[in-house]
Amino acid sequence: MDHTEELIAEISRKFLSRIRSKESVYSVDASGLPYRELNTLLKALGNNGAKKIEVHGVYGQRYIGTGIDKKIVIELFGTPGNDLGAFMSGPRIVVHGNAQDCCGNTMDEGLIVVHGHVGDIAGYSMRGGKLFIRDDVGYRVGIHMKEYRDKRPVLVVGGAPGDFLGEYMAGGVILVLGLNSENKEFRARYVGTGMHGGVIFVRGEMNNLVSGVEALEANEEDMKIVDGLVREFCFYFGFDVDDVLDGKFTKITPINKRPYGNLYAY
Amino acid sequence: MDGITKLNCRYGDDKDFAGCSIFGMMNLQGKCFSSEDPVKAISNMHERGNGLGGGFAVYGLYPEHIDDYAFHIMYLSREAKKKTDKLLNESFEVLEDEELPTKEANVLDPPKVWRYFVQPNIRKLKNKSADDYVLEKVMRINTETGKAFVFSSGKNMGVFKGVGFPEDIAEFFCLDEYKGYIWVCHGRFPTNTPGWWGGAHPFNILDWTVVHNGELSSYGINRRYLEMYGYKCTMQTDTEVLAYAFDLLMRRQKLPINIVSKVLAPPLWEEIANIESEQARILRTLRQTYGSLLMNGPFSVVVAHHGEMIGLTDRLKLRPLSAGTRGDYLYLSSEESAIRLVSPILDKSWNPRGGEPVVGRLKTSKVVEVPAK
Amino acid sequence: MKSYLSSEYVVHRDHERCIRCKVCVNQCTYETHYYDPEDDKVYSRDINCTNCQRCVVFCPTNAITITKNPNAYKENENWTQEAIVSIKKQAETGGVILTGMGCDKPHFTFWDRLVLNASQVTNPSIDPLREPMEIRTYLGSKPDRLELKNSDGDVLLMTELAPQLCLETPIMFSALSYGAVSLNVHESLARAATEFGTFFNTGEGGLDPRLYKYGDHTIVQVASGRFGVHPQYLDVGAAIEIKIGQGAKPGIGGHLPGEKVTEDISQTRMIPIGTDALSPAPQHDIYSIEDLRQLIYALKEATDYSKPISVKIAAVHNVAAIASGMVRAGADIIALDGVRGATGAAPRVIRDNVGIPIEFAIASVDQRLREEGIRNRASIVAAGGFRSSADVVKAIALGADAVYIATAALVAIGCTVCQKCYIGKCPWGIATTDPWISKRINPKIASKRLVNLLQAWSSEIKEMMGGMGINAIESLRGNRLHLRGVGLTEAECRILGVKMAGE
Repeated sequence: MDHTEELIAEISRKFLSRIRSKESVYSVDASGLPYRELNTLLKALGNNGAKKIEVHGVYGQRYIGTGIDKKIVIELFGTPGNDLGAFMSGPRIVVHGNAQDCCGNTMDEGLIVVHGHVGDIAGYSMRGGKLFIRDDVGYRVGIHMKEYRDKRPVLVVGGAPGDFLGEYMAGGVILVLGLNSENKEFRARYVGTGMHGGVIFVRGEMNNLVSGVEALEANEEDMKIVDGLVREFCFYFGFDVDDVLDGKFTKITPINKRPYGNLYAY
Repeated sequence: MDGITKLNCRYGDDKDFAGCSIFGMMNLQGKCFSSEDPVKAISNMHERGNGLGGGFAVYGLYPEHIDDYAFHIMYLSREAKKKTDKLLNESFEVLEDEELPTKEANVLDPPKVWRYFVQPNIRKLKNKSADDYVLEKVMRINTETGKAFVFSSGKNMGVFKGVGFPEDIAEFFCLDEYKGYIWVCHGRFPTNTPGWWGGAHPFNILDWTVVHNGELSSYGINRRYLEMYGYKCTMQTDTEVLAYAFDLLMRRQKLPINIVSKVLAPPLWEEIANIESEQARILRTLRQTYGSLLMNGPFSVVVAHHGEMIGLTDRLKLRPLSAGTRGDYLYLSSEESAIRLVSPILDKSWNPRGGEPVVGRLKTSKVVEVPAK
Repeated sequence: MKSYLSSEYVVHRDHERCIRCKVCVNQCTYETHYYDPEDDKVYSRDINCTNCQRCVVFCPTNAITITKNPNAYKENENWTQEAIVSIKKQAETGGVILTGMGCDKPHFTFWDRLVLNASQVTNPSIDPLREPMEIRTYLGSKPDRLELKNSDGDVLLMTELAPQLCLETPIMFSALSYGAVSLNVHESLARAATEFGTFFNTGEGGLDPRLYKYGDHTIVQVASGRFGVHPQYLDVGAAIEIKIGQGAKPGIGGHLPGEKVTEDISQTRMIPIGTDALSPAPQHDIYSIEDLRQLIYALKEATDYSKPISVKIAAVHNVAAIASGMVRAGADIIALDGVRGATGAAPRVIRDNVGIPIEFAIASVDQRLREEGIRNRASIVAAGGFRSSADVVKAIALGADAVYIATAALVAIGCTVCQKCYIGKCPWGIATTDPWISKRINPKIASKRLVNLLQAWSSEIKEMMGGMGINAIESLRGNRLHLRGVGLTEAECRILGVKMAGE
């Protein structure tokens, strides 16, 4: 028996009463489990054949999905802790509830779908994968997202964002729909400050722009991207595609690849 | 004064540096509830603290002494207690005094903690208000011996705090025996003040308490400004400064919370420029007048006094704060999961915007969220 | 606008010696030299010269001399040449004055006011040429005590040590980001570190997959821009370093100019070719000490607790308190970068005015961690302008476990500290990503130079240790009795924890 199997056996013994399984679908009761134990368990299951894990009773456990490199499905019931899917590369996480800060931090691949709102700094430095949030997101979301060729991260916000959305953005796509929002109007300040790559789409008009970015009405080519993302969004959350697509979309892009090129005296 | 300062910050750092978890829970009808939920919630954010500080403030705690000032005092020596007792007996009518009930718990080096119920000595009040008189005496005790520290001085409320994880502090002070309609809780991650009970949160003066997450880069000037108004910043923490700022602005200067929040977390000049003129003039004047009380740097706080619990973050929202309501309960927390643990279903759950206070007021059935403009 | 600035240097050419081979023309990437076919002579544009000495070294006939421009403003100790030139430059551009490398002012170097001890009479000095002299160093968290168990007469070790880095010399190569320097420089450092048994630090620009084979001797850095940070990158390194700050520019981010972002850099950093690589000032997931803990443990979770996590900060006020918090947050290694630490580009006002000397930082951090009883929990690595093995020995005696060197390493492979790294056309092929210029660094030769430097410094460290009668570096670490101050104030001696010479 190799080490991981031993580990699973050991964990299984320890957590036997918490785990139910049917074929390769597992159900785990996480209530009261410290994050390190929960994640050891998830890693052991996820990296060794589980196809889907349902985790119930999640209250603040951090780093769920981190360190699992398989494309398994993890469904979370409760409120996962900070750094959900940090450095993640693979899993598809569905949160039935809200998520906290730093969701999808430096995420590499995979998918996070949140049936609710998330806190600050979601998608920080995302370099791949997708993040779909049904409701509002906090401050500093999508900071420094990046892309290279076909590796292009996507962040879709169903509600409204906080300030500094897409700050220092270097690549990828952010789409803000403004549905279902606690903050009805688009009150985010400093959207796209220091942006030097990527694109932000906003459903509706976009006022109070920062210098260094420009806002244009999305053209046909752009709408193909928006259309696809809206369809995916509606698929996850059950909105009506036509309703969401109705109206105009604004596209925000950087004017300059070098926003601070003139700051210095050489 | 040196004594206490050294205790708190024995290495002579500019101030103490700490990160934290904060949690507040209020029943808006004034119904008192036990420590169970608050303790459960704050201990769920274990990772945000390091066991070197935890504390609670409870409102509606001493209904049998509703009009008496309740002092909780830490003593580090017998002489300090002797001296303080003398001062208390001279300045106050001491109605009751006893050692705070405690039990064995996983806490570090507890001091002797005493509880007094007092009334100011009317002959000595002269034309001072009772609150100002108490404030002055508290400042005096806290700076006189360096070994006695009043860490709670309000009416019908009390602070319990010390070195340990919050759940250990709760156990130590037997909090399961108390009830209140507001519970404000704190778990602490200090970097440079290990082992000093007074350095834990909440910070209190009269019935104002503050728990705080973050570090104020403006601490040096905030402190020097408050010292002009007679506050003695003995603890070298930014939180103490916040407590005094609330006392100064709200109690003494009678400013409403939506104005106070604009002093502590003012709008940017460029935002003020976009606001209609009278409002802009007010905001401009606030900044010009109270510039030294701008709390610059990351903070989220839960502030409470009788009848009100307030959550506020800095204007750029550099620290987290999550809010929720369920029936007559208002919850404020560093992390939403702590709220959900004690109230899985919420009527409303949201992350407030930076610089915009969430206010829970007694006797109103709904939470008033002050809008931006 | 007419520029009021004049050239900083004057290039003198001995036309009798010059054979018009044009080596200087080709070597100078700033186009200082040019050949005039009509005159059949090589001339120079002084204004372009940075005094990097590349042409001087490569001129086959020693025909070139470079001197400071003797035209100077009226002498003034307050309004220095630098102050006047800066103002004129800013009046012409409206820009922030950039510079490269570490602080060039004399007032911060305290190593020169510390002297080392040697054994005389009462105990013997040791000759490192013939007797064992151990300088191996392990970095990582150590337990306060070990649990042992007796089992049938065998003693079993129950405590499992946290992951450690093994250094054959207490010197590592400090962070130099891919993009600020070329792949060839990275490879030279990686090869030398591997050959000598120490570590090189990737800096914040990621790691080219071609260098993954040196992973066992690589510390991978995670900084605010998260360039090139992905699971494989985290896996490949022997340790992970969270970069909070840098001695040359505490509290500010970095802008790698778009000119340096070539195809290769673009791929590794995941930003479009030609865009500026912008590193935010803070890590946006760390605004408080408990957030640092969150990131430390995110990285531990991502790598299954298999490698030490280092946290690097610039040495600033209250560094001791900050370091204490870092240890409590779970850092296994604390890297401190002093005010003289170097950079590829920083505003000069920041470089020369922000932060504290590394000597004080080491002393106060080591002392504080001891007072709090947590010194075992983390190793201390010091950085920031180490010029010789003597500086290294003094740092270790003050309390560091090991040091990081970067400027010294670059000087070993050609750098002359001309401070123009930010232009991106380093004639020595170091601070550039231009494919043509960066070929000037041959990893095979450059790594040999680096290994030689480590060899030489290690020998010197052993000589100094031998003189003190110490044959294992753990007996030097934090042993401040082997230091004395000369020309220090009482307060300086107190903070450094050393006595004055003669005491």
